[in-house]
Amino acid sequence: MTQPLLEVEDLHVEFRTRDGVAKVLNGVSYHVSAGETLAVLGESGSGKSVTAQTIMGILDMPPAFITKGSIKFRGEDLLTKSAEERRQVRGEGIAMIFQDALSALNPVFTVGFQIEEQLKVRRGMSKADARKRAVELLDQVKIPNAKGRVSDYPHQFSGGMRQRAMIAMSLALDPELLIADEPTTALDVTVQAQIMDLLAEIQKERDMGMILITHDLGVVADVADRISVMYAGRIVEHADVYELFRAPGHPYTESLLESLPRLDLKGQELKTIKGLPPSLTNIPPGCPFNPRCPRAFDRCVTEVPAVHNLGMGRTSRCHIAEEVVARG
Amino acid sequence: MGRYVLRRLLQLIPVFLGTTFLIYALVWAIPQDPFSGKCGQRPCDPSYIAEMSAKLNLNDPLLIQYFKYLGNLLTGDFGTTFNGVSVGEQISTSWPITFKLGIIAVIIEALIGIIAGVLTGLRKQGFLDNLVLVSTLFLISLPVFVTGFVLRLYLGPQGFDIMDTSVSTDPTIGELILPGFVLGSLSMAYVARLTRTSIVENRRSDYVRTAIAKGQPQTRVVGIHLLRNSLIPVITFLGTDLGSLMGGAIVTEGVFNINGIGGLIFRGIQEKEGVMVTGIVTLLVLVYLLASLLVDLLYAVLDPRIRYE
Repeated sequence: MTQPLLEVEDLHVEFRTRDGVAKVLNGVSYHVSAGETLAVLGESGSGKSVTAQTIMGILDMPPAFITKGSIKFRGEDLLTKSAEERRQVRGEGIAMIFQDALSALNPVFTVGFQIEEQLKVRRGMSKADARKRAVELLDQVKIPNAKGRVSDYPHQFSGGMRQRAMIAMSLALDPELLIADEPTTALDVTVQAQIMDLLAEIQKERDMGMILITHDLGVVADVADRISVMYAGRIVEHADVYELFRAPGHPYTESLLESLPRLDLKGQELKTIKGLPPSLTNIPPGCPFNPRCPRAFDRCVTEVPAVHNLGMGRTSRCHIAEEVVARG
Repeated sequence: MGRYVLRRLLQLIPVFLGTTFLIYALVWAIPQDPFSGKCGQRPCDPSYIAEMSAKLNLNDPLLIQYFKYLGNLLTGDFGTTFNGVSVGEQISTSWPITFKLGIIAVIIEALIGIIAGVLTGLRKQGFLDNLVLVSTLFLISLPVFVTGFVLRLYLGPQGFDIMDTSVSTDPTIGELILPGFVLGSLSMAYVARLTRTSIVENRRSDYVRTAIAKGQPQTRVVGIHLLRNSLIPVITFLGTDLGSLMGGAIVTEGVFNINGIGGLIFRGIQEKEGVMVTGIVTLLVLVYLLASLLVDLLYAVLDPRIRYE
């Protein structure tokens, strides 16, 4: 097997605030190869965005502290690099797009300026060349009349167009890995599908690695190759997308899938997961999911489940992982 | 944009008329004989009173008086004082000095205020932050005449003799720097705090995060992305402040003995020279109105989300 593009290993991050220490990441490990899409799935506060921000090196430190772990990009640990070296990786090696493109784009500069800036500052391109390339990029993300729109401001774009512009900007330096942090959450359903198609297409064309952060199972099913499910700062399950939908290997994933609305169960009450995700300043002992888990038993309260290897790269952090999978 | 400018310019007309009428009415409607004390210890000669009354249209109803005054003003005639000195001439010698002083004050307050605000905004709760917060509080709580006297005394020849604090009748820019600093000191404190708040608010914003995620150098993240957004309210403040500084120069000019508009208006009020007072205040109103128009136009340039249709 070739070396993965990005390897996150046992990453621990905590936020030290006045109210105490919040353990936001408690040993996150995942990897992505070129041309592959990894979906990171989880509720708000599960740590999926923090992991992405740690990879990018854009976490506010302090209050955040990386206490353990490594992030290897092309085999080199990013966490041991200097701030300047890490800056060079951003945009060029790993690029990121964000949830709300309206606030993520600078309101007082034109879309063209924000794309050209990358080319001029990072690549030393001339103004005219950068403009030409910006139009090409906008064209690639299928913005109609790219030449005319390049000098528009973000607020003059529609929601979907804005996200396309954001994607164009992230592609400016031809990154090898793209992290998309809930890229479609702020958009309506039809536009969501268009953006996801665009991302999938671009990824295929450029043979890029992609980490897709989302809480939307529907989005995942279409484009992801593999899925990592996060809960309370841990990866609780990791599986091939098809395998995961066929037979979830962790009760949390199982509950997530059960809470999807289904046409054949129309009229019945929608299943939800009881309770709330744990407070990260006070994670329950044992398995963090145990207070909400329908299959919890006494061992779950006392013992943190180890990673169970279920074969074919599948893992689950559940004491009875084998049993859960078999039932599905 | 063109239509907006035109509309704003047209809006200036009623505002201008309203304010100048108010000033005119207030100055001339004082319940006192305008001629009392004008002719030394003796009451004025009836022929002088008749002549001046005719000249100042004092026998007409107030509204007529005002429009006659306005008519003269529009032809550039500011009228004369009771002694027959041309008000227009007085203003034209003092005006450039006050204008220069005002501009210097704005430049100083912008430069120091913004730099202090940016530095403290980026490093909240550090030594510099506390230093700036305390010193701005100090400046805000001190009246301008105290700051002026203290600086003049201690920096000048009677104090530590650091610089020459006297100002000549036709002052150079160098001579006006200390008075400009004093005049702008209060606003400087506000600018520093406004910039600091604005920077603190924006530095955690999504677009700053994007700029960092793009791998832009720190200098560009702060100097271009953060600063451009954070300075919008500051520049609005600075623009309107230019107008108020001109009017507020009275005290500073008094402290430093500067031959500006402030001294003129002060004497005008003391000596009940109505023509002088209305003339100068009208001019100040005009400056203020134009400054605020400029700010509104600048606002649209700085923030493209604001468009005047």
